[in-house]
Amino acid sequence: MELFANQVLAGIATGAIYACMALAVVMIYQAIDHLNFAQGEMAMFSTFMSWQMMQWGVPYWWAFILTVILSFIGGILIERLLFKPLAKAPVLTNVAGFIALFAIVNSVAGLIWDFTIKQYPTPFGSSPFLGSQLISTHQAGMVGVTVLLLAGLYFFFQFTRIGLAMRAAASLPESARLVGINTSWMIALGWGMASAIGAIAGMLIAPVVFLEPNMMGGVLIYGFASAVLGGLSSPLGAVIGGFLVGVFENLAGTYIPGVGNELKLPIALALIITVLVVKPAGLFGRPIVKRV
Amino acid sequence: MTAMLNIKDLRAYYGQVQALHGLSFSLNEGSLTTLLGANGAGKTTTLRAICNMVRSTGAIEFEGKPIGNRSTENVVRLGIAHVPQGRGTFTNMTVEENLQLGAITRGDKKNIVADIERMYDHFPVLKQRYTQQAGTLSGGEQQMLAVARALMLRPRLMLLDEPSFGLAPLVVRDLFRIFSKINREDKVTILVVEQNAQLALELADHAYVIETGRIVMSGNAKDVANNEDVRKSYLGY
Repeated sequence: MELFANQVLAGIATGAIYACMALAVVMIYQAIDHLNFAQGEMAMFSTFMSWQMMQWGVPYWWAFILTVILSFIGGILIERLLFKPLAKAPVLTNVAGFIALFAIVNSVAGLIWDFTIKQYPTPFGSSPFLGSQLISTHQAGMVGVTVLLLAGLYFFFQFTRIGLAMRAAASLPESARLVGINTSWMIALGWGMASAIGAIAGMLIAPVVFLEPNMMGGVLIYGFASAVLGGLSSPLGAVIGGFLVGVFENLAGTYIPGVGNELKLPIALALIITVLVVKPAGLFGRPIVKRV
Repeated sequence: MTAMLNIKDLRAYYGQVQALHGLSFSLNEGSLTTLLGANGAGKTTTLRAICNMVRSTGAIEFEGKPIGNRSTENVVRLGIAHVPQGRGTFTNMTVEENLQLGAITRGDKKNIVADIERMYDHFPVLKQRYTQQAGTLSGGEQQMLAVARALMLRPRLMLLDEPSFGLAPLVVRDLFRIFSKINREDKVTILVVEQNAQLALELADHAYVIETGRIVMSGNAKDVANNEDVRKSYLGY
């Protein structure tokens, strides 16, 4: 029983990170109808920036905040320079853009910081949380920061005018323009926010997976699985999907014979395929109906 | 009276297809003007061209300023509210959020709450449903919401694209009564595109008839209503 509780709690902790990545993916998907394959690499690059700042002697939380701000600006720049010109291009052109971004960010990070694995600090420590052996303080911190972030985002989208304008621009761009919303900047803002959320996810998971240019590969696949499970049209669904996938991943690794650590990743992919076959809109997504 | 909107030689294109062939007309400030025409004549395209939602050439002036090169959102910010065909309701948001979106460009936050109350006076049914998802409203209610959303901009000019489409005759009458009330009391200039020519001519003070992308007749609404060709083609008697 203790093993079970331990695995569930650990699953919730990593699930928090998947939830963040899924949310970042969904935000960009809502804005431009494409999956950002480079979301993980952008998060990895942000994490390296924060690591570099700490190497230069910047205290953890200052580096954290500065990285979030820089990632926000960086996300906007990527949209303005790369994806705004591709807005009317076919799907495959956009996919090529994402893959190019993935490759460029990955190799630039390798060039600057090389591919050796680096330790990444945690501000929460790694002792048992509240004296319990079930979960460490860092894991509890991951969950705490994620919950704060989600609450902040919920407040932003539900109760601020700019959040309302962003929702309007994502759901019906033409109507949004007709009430005077600059939808193009709303998309850029969505990119900035997705990039900042990714940065937070990266900095939280780095102490667990260690810092190196390919650290987010697996995490992003789980993020995709979470977004697909929750429904790509539902930010709330993406978050719940993230926690579900985190728990499912851990339980499958523990209890299904032969899965173990090596086969955890294929489980995420199997989950994506299963959801797409059985319930393409996800648990919370709205089915997309197109008139023909 | 001065011309609020002046359109000269407007040509609009959907890809290679030309939809408007040199349209010229003007709207007087404070007027309620209707644009009549059969299906495919170019009525909707004209409204879309004013808001720069379709590729067009020609001169469009609003209150003396050329607006042909402005983006849709910047045209709207000048005080031109457009109620599109199909209403453009944000169906997954609440009625109240839809109204707030109408005022999203306004800086005077204090007055917005009062304006929402004013809309509930105009359309009491919206008040009963203000927390409801807009997509659950009936067609007539959604049309009222679309008009109310447009009014939340405090527009100088309102463009209405077939507001009667798909609505019960009684609902249409109510709606048109509200249009003329808005026109008189709130001093909003209105351009309404309609297939229900009879009703439109009853309420409008000026009318244009458009055929295959050209204006073929214009004048006082009563004169246009008495014109024999118009009677035969659009009024059916």
